Amino acid sequence: MSAPRNGTTTAPARPGTFAAILRVYPYAKVAMPRVYLGMVSALVAGLVALLIPQVLARLVDGPLQDGDSSRIWGPVAIVLGLGVLEAAMIWLRRWFVLQPGTHIEARMRNGLYAQLQDLPVTFHDRWPSGQLLSRAMSDLNIIRRWISFGLVLLVVHLLMIVVGFAFLISINWMLGLLFVVCSVPLWIYGYVFEQKYSIVSRRSQDQSGDLATAVEESVHGIRVLKAFGRGKYALKNFASQAEDLRGTEIEKARAIAGIWLWLLLVPDVTFALCLLGGVWLAADGQLSVGELVAFFATATVLRFPVESIGYLLSMTFDARTAADRFFEVMDEENTITDPADPKTIASPRGRLVFEGAHFRYPDSPATHTDLLDGIDLELEPGETMALVGLTGSGKSTLTALTTRLYDVTAGAVILDGVDIRDLTRFDLRRHIAMAFEDATLFSASVRDNVLLGRPEGTDEDLAEALDIAQAAFVHQLPNGVDTMVGEEGMSLSGGQRQRLALARAVAAKPDVLVLDDPLSALDVDTEALVEAALRRVLASTTALIVAHRPSTVMLADRVALLENGRVTAVGRHSELLRTNDHYRFVISSLEDDDPPADVAEVPDDIPDDITDARRGVTS
Amino acid sequence: MSVLGVEGEERNDFSPEESRQIRQRSIRLLGSLLSPTRARLILTMCVVVISTAAQVAGPALIAIGIDRGLPAIVDEGNGTPLALVVVAYLLTGVIGAVLIAWYTVLAARISQGILIDLRKRVFLHTQKLSLEFHESYTSGRIIARQTSDLDAIRELLDSGINQLVQGLLYMVFIGIALFSLDWVSGLVLMVFLVPLGVLTRWFQVRSQRVFRETRVASARLIVHFVETMTGIRAVKAFRKEKRNAADFAGYVEGYRDSNSRVIALFGTFDPVLVLIGNVALGVVLLVGGLRVADGGLQIGVLLATLLYTRQFFAPAQEMAMFYNSYQSAAAALEKISGVLEEQPSVPDPTRPIDLWNAKGRVRFDGVEFAYRSDRVILPRFDLDIPAGQVIALVGSTGAGKSTLAKLMSRFYDPSSGAVSLDGLDLRMLHPKDLRRAVVMVTQEAYLFSGTVSENIALGKPEATRDEIVAAARAVGAHDFITSLPGGYDTDVNKRGGRVSAGQRQLISFARAFLADPVVLILDEATASLDIPSERLVQEGLTTLLADRTAVIIAHRLSTVAIADRVLVMEHGTIVEDGTPADLIAGTGRFSQLHAAWRDSLV
Repeated sequence: MSAPRNGTTTAPARPGTFAAILRVYPYAKVAMPRVYLGMVSALVAGLVALLIPQVLARLVDGPLQDGDSSRIWGPVAIVLGLGVLEAAMIWLRRWFVLQPGTHIEARMRNGLYAQLQDLPVTFHDRWPSGQLLSRAMSDLNIIRRWISFGLVLLVVHLLMIVVGFAFLISINWMLGLLFVVCSVPLWIYGYVFEQKYSIVSRRSQDQSGDLATAVEESVHGIRVLKAFGRGKYALKNFASQAEDLRGTEIEKARAIAGIWLWLLLVPDVTFALCLLGGVWLAADGQLSVGELVAFFATATVLRFPVESIGYLLSMTFDARTAADRFFEVMDEENTITDPADPKTIASPRGRLVFEGAHFRYPDSPATHTDLLDGIDLELEPGETMALVGLTGSGKSTLTALTTRLYDVTAGAVILDGVDIRDLTRFDLRRHIAMAFEDATLFSASVRDNVLLGRPEGTDEDLAEALDIAQAAFVHQLPNGVDTMVGEEGMSLSGGQRQRLALARAVAAKPDVLVLDDPLSALDVDTEALVEAALRRVLASTTALIVAHRPSTVMLADRVALLENGRVTAVGRHSELLRTNDHYRFVISSLEDDDPPADVAEVPDDIPDDITDARRGVTS
Repeated sequence: MSVLGVEGEERNDFSPEESRQIRQRSIRLLGSLLSPTRARLILTMCVVVISTAAQVAGPALIAIGIDRGLPAIVDEGNGTPLALVVVAYLLTGVIGAVLIAWYTVLAARISQGILIDLRKRVFLHTQKLSLEFHESYTSGRIIARQTSDLDAIRELLDSGINQLVQGLLYMVFIGIALFSLDWVSGLVLMVFLVPLGVLTRWFQVRSQRVFRETRVASARLIVHFVETMTGIRAVKAFRKEKRNAADFAGYVEGYRDSNSRVIALFGTFDPVLVLIGNVALGVVLLVGGLRVADGGLQIGVLLATLLYTRQFFAPAQEMAMFYNSYQSAAAALEKISGVLEEQPSVPDPTRPIDLWNAKGRVRFDGVEFAYRSDRVILPRFDLDIPAGQVIALVGSTGAGKSTLAKLMSRFYDPSSGAVSLDGLDLRMLHPKDLRRAVVMVTQEAYLFSGTVSENIALGKPEATRDEIVAAARAVGAHDFITSLPGGYDTDVNKRGGRVSAGQRQLISFARAFLADPVVLILDEATASLDIPSERLVQEGLTTLLADRTAVIIAHRLSTVAIADRVLVMEHGTIVEDGTPADLIAGTGRFSQLHAAWRDSLV
């Protein structure tokens, strides 16, 4: 469960390269017949290329030796014919593997995306989106190229080498054996190369991912960086990460240089030895000149397959690393899933109950108590409950429990008598709609953004929701409600986004409305208008509203006070204001007009810092 | 239509003139990237030239071995010629291999140097580009420029250039070797350069368009992906998963489709190339064979010409791959050079004025601000803020408060008129001095991955831990920070996932406090705070703002209490200006707002 942010993760007991890549098979299965056909075509092409030297040998020892120019035309025609066949086979190979590669890639990409959308928010809290993006883009690219190119050629070239060796040995067993023996160091070095290369390759891919994260943050956080003039400072951090990547890349180049050295040196030495031996044997009469020519022509055809093995191996290891990174996400266990046997709510009324609900973040240290430490709270149908507490008391987390963005770690949340874990997530989120303080709009029209929770909604639904959220500004946008907003559209102010997010929650017409401080970015006038309009909705809908302001609290029938992970008081605003010191401390801004008793007797449960601060205020 | 900067990025129908402009700016960028590495480039070229020559020598030596070495042994029993040829072969083999290995490392150093240079340039330029650019160009696209487009260039440099250089040299050296061995075969081969050229040209023209489509398709995919992952909470809460998956599948299919068209193009190019090579082989064999039969050519030479012909076309195949990476890199470079061509609408001064100890007097003289030249946001106005004055800026959403704040912190420049600090036009100030003097804290409190203390230290990178803690204490953030699992060293994770909105604001407050500017602008910086925290911040502000100029934008009018002066804005105009007491006592807009606010507090 580690997020590989700094690229230092070391996998325990790596499975073999073959086993690791084989995991891609389910995605590749339907495409494999074409891949095999591609291999066959490539193999035929390779064999044809190997046949040409055989024809040459006949030609040299026959007509050329005899000086019979009339018999030259036949063999030349055969060489030409084989040449055309080779080209045709290469065309076939390309044609066969064209679709599989891209389809496998597309399938894996859609699969990854589906998995990422399904994984709980805790996963996304942990994984920077740059790491996810590099998996979805470059890693899958690598796998595609390996399947349609690397894999096919690796298999075919290995086969060609075997057949070619057989040809060489059949021409002259001593020369052929010499050639084969001399190739052995290449395989040994290729193996050593794997060890070295795959480590560096993995590091390079991780570092690329980290660099992508740095880029993303520098763009998303551009306002902060500008406000403090920290562009250069950010550059320094970015540059040092880029330097790390450069170091890794050069290390990678050294490894590649090493294998190049052997890939060129060994065949050349082999050729030199074969030349020596071949001419010697020819002088001795054990080998005809034609056979000598065929030997070198065959050996030359084999050079590319032999040399390519190193490159293809490194491609394979890259693909393996990419597959590892892909499955790292795919293997992530989803802790928030639909029940095997989901229940439904026959007649939803909107009664929401927290029963001893506990929650702690998976990585919070054992010494910490649960963030939510046994929440008991009941919202009757149609009731509006405000949730009040200090910053960090877990209000937002509590709201996130209602739609299972997080799951309770103990206890339960119950909607109309059904544990929400017994509902499908889709169903649950149809019953409960949320508006977040941090309002996210998607690249789509205003209409689609507002009707997100009710795609079948009519123009009237849209107008009503916009009206309640006081979002009439959308009519002033260039294309009204059809104006594109979000990443690829117009950028809106925080207040505007917040109102659209509120409209979205309202438009979903849920049984329970959960609003996480939905009015924080609005000015006083607009807030008053929104509140007036919201009352109409809240009259009939169960609602849980995180409130920081008295004005928001006024929307609620009752208020729940969240303190040290528990609900310590529930009641009407005026009642709590009168009877509960902590409540007054949390919600009241009227320090001057209301020189209350709470200055003298500070309740025990108020953290020290606040006590200190308040001493500072009063002294 | 203009193709200046990032305009026309999504278009695919450039006129020849526009294509030329785009190509030229790419070439200029490339040239500027290459020039610092010139010396190393020359060394590298020498190494690769020698190593290629050594590699090409092989078949010629085999020819000599067969044609001279063999008869010498058979006729004279003299093994020396053969021995010499074999030694020469070994020598060229060793030299070729060692140099190619050296070249690989040298080339990697150069390309990595270029890459890091380009990365830094784009990064820095992105940071320099004004907010206006970022707001319209979207983060997804600027991220794509710096990730997938840079990857395309990286790929070109990694393997593409090697293929081109080695391939080209290989062909040249083989041509030379062939001509010197047997000029007739050389001529035959030259004839086949014609179809090779035609094929290559065809490929070049056809591929350019598809490659550009691929880049556009991948950028779209990335934008959608990033948007989903950053908005995952809303995606889940509103059951957007299925619809997203459908949209995403559409983008994936578009990307797949353009990708497969690229590959299909290769599927034609590659076999045709092989066909040309094999026909050439047949013709060389025929022409050579006839002469061998006549006794006009030695067998060894014929073998060498055949081996050379076969090898001649092998790199052409690799060079096709070069076109692959070249085209995507060229398309990427076009876009990157477009971004680099964008001039910051808020440029750094060419001859900056230093301002060491700013007093903090801010003036707006005849300032007007229009958005994208036609929409006037702020009509012409004057405003004088004496040093040390604390101003509350109020008004309804969209009244222009944030725009005024952004002008003051030079996120935007005015369309006409000037904003000045201590009598100096902001546009003349050294950016370092400006940012030290003026800091703006916005509602959107972004946290970078890293620890809480690193995030606070952004306000003053050289700050000690004590200073950081002091800043956190001053804004009332110390206690929640120490209660985090790792205290000040807690990793805030992606987008501050674990830290609440209010806590994020406290951290960004601490950041500003640490930066210690003479002018502080708070744009809704307390909106997410709960009341106790806000109370603490308010208290802190009284001391914090004691000797600073400050502009506070807040919907909650509690700030007014600490303000010396209140400005009320409406529709881009300052409609009221006075002390809080005067305005509250009056009958204007502010007294209404204030009354409404008081009512909302109970």
